[in-house]
Amino acid sequence: MVWFNIIIQGILVGGLYALFAAGLSLIFGVMRLVNIAHGDVIVAVAYLAFVIVKATGLHPLASLIFVVPIAMAFGYALQRGVLNRTLGNDILPPLLVTFGLSVIIQNGLLQIFTADNRKLQAGALETGSFQLLPGVDIGYLPLLQFIVAIAVIAGLQYLFYKTALGRAFRATSDDSETAQLMGLDKRKVYAWAMALCLGVVAIAGVFLGIRTNFDPAIGPGRLIFGFEAVIIGGLGNLWGTLIGGVVLGVAQGIGAQINPGAQELAGHLVFLLVLAFRPTGLFPRMQG
Amino acid sequence: MSLTYSRSTKTSRIAAVFAIVLAALLIAAPFWGSTATQQLLGQMMVYIALASLWNLLAGYTGLVSVGQQAYVGLGVYIMVSVTIYLGIHPYFAIPLAGLAAALISMPVAKLVFRLQGAYFAIGTWVVAEVFRLIAAQLGSVGLGGGSGTSIPGPVMQALAVNKFWREASIYWLALVLGLGALALVYGLLRSRIGLALTAIRDSAVASGSLGVNIDRIKYAVYVTAAAMTGMVGSLIALQKIRVSPNAAFSVNDYTAIVIFIVVIGGIGTIEGPIIGTIVYFLLREYFADLGAIYLMILGVIAITMMLVAPKGIWGYVAQRWQINLFPTGYVVKEDKR
Amino acid sequence: MSDAVLSVDNLEAWYGDAKILHGLSFNLKKGEVLALIGANGAGKSTLLKCIAGLLPKKSGTIAFKGERTDHLAANEIVAKGVALVPEGRRLFPSLSVEENLILGGQVKRSGPWNLAEIYSLFPILGEKRGAPATSLSGGQQQMVAIGRGLMSNPELILLDELSLGLAPIVIKDIYALLPKIVGNGLSAVLVEQDVNRALDSAQHFLCMQEGRISLAGAPKAYTKDQISAAYFGM
Repeated sequence: MVWFNIIIQGILVGGLYALFAAGLSLIFGVMRLVNIAHGDVIVAVAYLAFVIVKATGLHPLASLIFVVPIAMAFGYALQRGVLNRTLGNDILPPLLVTFGLSVIIQNGLLQIFTADNRKLQAGALETGSFQLLPGVDIGYLPLLQFIVAIAVIAGLQYLFYKTALGRAFRATSDDSETAQLMGLDKRKVYAWAMALCLGVVAIAGVFLGIRTNFDPAIGPGRLIFGFEAVIIGGLGNLWGTLIGGVVLGVAQGIGAQINPGAQELAGHLVFLLVLAFRPTGLFPRMQG
Repeated sequence: MSLTYSRSTKTSRIAAVFAIVLAALLIAAPFWGSTATQQLLGQMMVYIALASLWNLLAGYTGLVSVGQQAYVGLGVYIMVSVTIYLGIHPYFAIPLAGLAAALISMPVAKLVFRLQGAYFAIGTWVVAEVFRLIAAQLGSVGLGGGSGTSIPGPVMQALAVNKFWREASIYWLALVLGLGALALVYGLLRSRIGLALTAIRDSAVASGSLGVNIDRIKYAVYVTAAAMTGMVGSLIALQKIRVSPNAAFSVNDYTAIVIFIVVIGGIGTIEGPIIGTIVYFLLREYFADLGAIYLMILGVIAITMMLVAPKGIWGYVAQRWQINLFPTGYVVKEDKR
Repeated sequence: MSDAVLSVDNLEAWYGDAKILHGLSFNLKKGEVLALIGANGAGKSTLLKCIAGLLPKKSGTIAFKGERTDHLAANEIVAKGVALVPEGRRLFPSLSVEENLILGGQVKRSGPWNLAEIYSLFPILGEKRGAPATSLSGGQQQMVAIGRGLMSNPELILLDELSLGLAPIVIKDIYALLPKIVGNGLSAVLVEQDVNRALDSAQHFLCMQEGRISLAGAPKAYTKDQISAAYFGM
């Protein structure tokens, strides 16, 4: 039963990893961009929520009302102001610029908030749980996280395949030059994609902040988890990313059970195994 | 009219003379410089080496690795473990670290090369994290685990007779590795492999169709860079004496700063890493007190550079004034008779 | 000319450092079809791309309905009423046939063309509306590409190599529909490898050779030999 519980908990945490990963997947799909600062933005959002909660006394999840629009606006501005200039045939500029961004965000947070641990308090949501089976307790928070992840991915799928904006995303991703011939301004399309990505990041960041202690340095670790979920699941497939997150979560859970220090390591090793034996991931839909 | 061709220009020949003078000064540093000076120069040499190697990977071969700290840390831990457990002299531990790094980089390359572009970059980062986490588990093997360990006194003393010569030895080793890395990169780029690399840099597709075996070259360059980086890592262990997984595999110290140096100095040029290292250490000298703000400033400078002058300081200089201190091409001149 | 829908004056264009177009000048009257012929590499597609706004490095002027467009971005030019049906079709693989067409109408200009009209012009597309656009045959894809261009209700349509890669019978069918496409006062520039077809479909033609106009006028005004000479630059 212990192992069953570990797997269940791993599945649920996979939802959080899928939230980390969904934004990454979206951006890569639309503009072949990988934002190295992705994890740091997730952490920055957690700090933003922290500030808003302190100022307004709102519940962290309620703070999303402010956090999501602010994050989306920042994403739009970042893409139009900075990242659009880096896009082209060379992979170096976007990589190096977002790397620089990562350094700036981490140190900015460090400067403002110090290296102290913070946490978002969510009250009963954090501590409450129900018993599924003897020995298997399902926490309200992990369950909510997982359900939200599914909702977000379903929402993104709907947006991508059933709306005009999604059509614009797909067309621009296929052939940005011909997309211009359709009257699409690719600068704006990319900016909306980044805004959407940061909207998802906002949700991920708040859940992260509720779930664990956070400090300015944990960004890269979140980026890596998100990235591993995307690769394990397969590029270009958001549901695959959810599966990837679950696989990662379960692997980490099993690792932690074997040796508390081996949690992250177990996840990385499973990732490397997938890379070795199924490099395109479990359910790939596009080329890297 | 008859044409002669040579590999050097007047500028590069003048620069070569300066370089010889500079090299002599550097070699003599233990005799005119203080401990602090030697340590500073030693650190600069380390970064010139790491930056040149990263530049070889990213600027010439198109392999943007964000995980070279894997081999730095590997070198650190090889130095610590073979000197403590196998009683090997630190001097010999350095090439051993290079060998170990080369061997380990081979299966790593096979794995990470399955990824492209930015995903490749993050993949290399994951590998570095794996190494770091494994190192942190090594407490039971007497290597200090998470909190690290130190190189024992007797090992350090085996380096040389007294403190003066020990410092000098470590400094000279750094000098050898720094200049060695430059020589390696320069030699490689002057060779036929270098021509292939420049072709790859300009167009992978075109060069592939000309028969350049891109995959083999990428693999060879990756392994070579790993080996050299491992050696530099083993030297860093001697410089710092105290080692820990987080410090040895630090992405900030061995990737972020290296990237900064190469971007500022000039990516895809041999001179760039040298210029970048000098700029970095100057900035560090005056602004490091600002702590987190200093690092933010570095980040802003790097981003601005990438957007405004992506070829870096040396790239701009070389293009504007047509200078090449490390000539890798040929110059055709009319024979004035 | 006041009734010129398109006016090009001393147009020069570069791909990187290579100069492709050298001082081109011509006018297109409203409602007319202008055929653009010339060997491969003569610069025909480049000219169309310039007019459509896809080539940034250029000098000289391009005016559409008297208004200069050479400094505008491609998406702005489409909104003004110039549609390019690109060489090689360039349909969006991630979109279905219908989605490709709808996207063509993104700019929302008023005019006779809408989905229903496109489907009545090309009935086969109505049948395959939900299929991924690139799963169709070459000829059908060309219909989608033309339909996509028409959905923006342009006043000037640029048709780049309609017959590229298509079987002769298919080409015949598509050209049979050309009068319906360019009826309604739509002006067109037609780039076409098949010289005879091109000259049969147009009131005026330009022959290009190495980025310059080597011959221009009405097809009937010249002999085959004169046109050949201009085509091959002899």
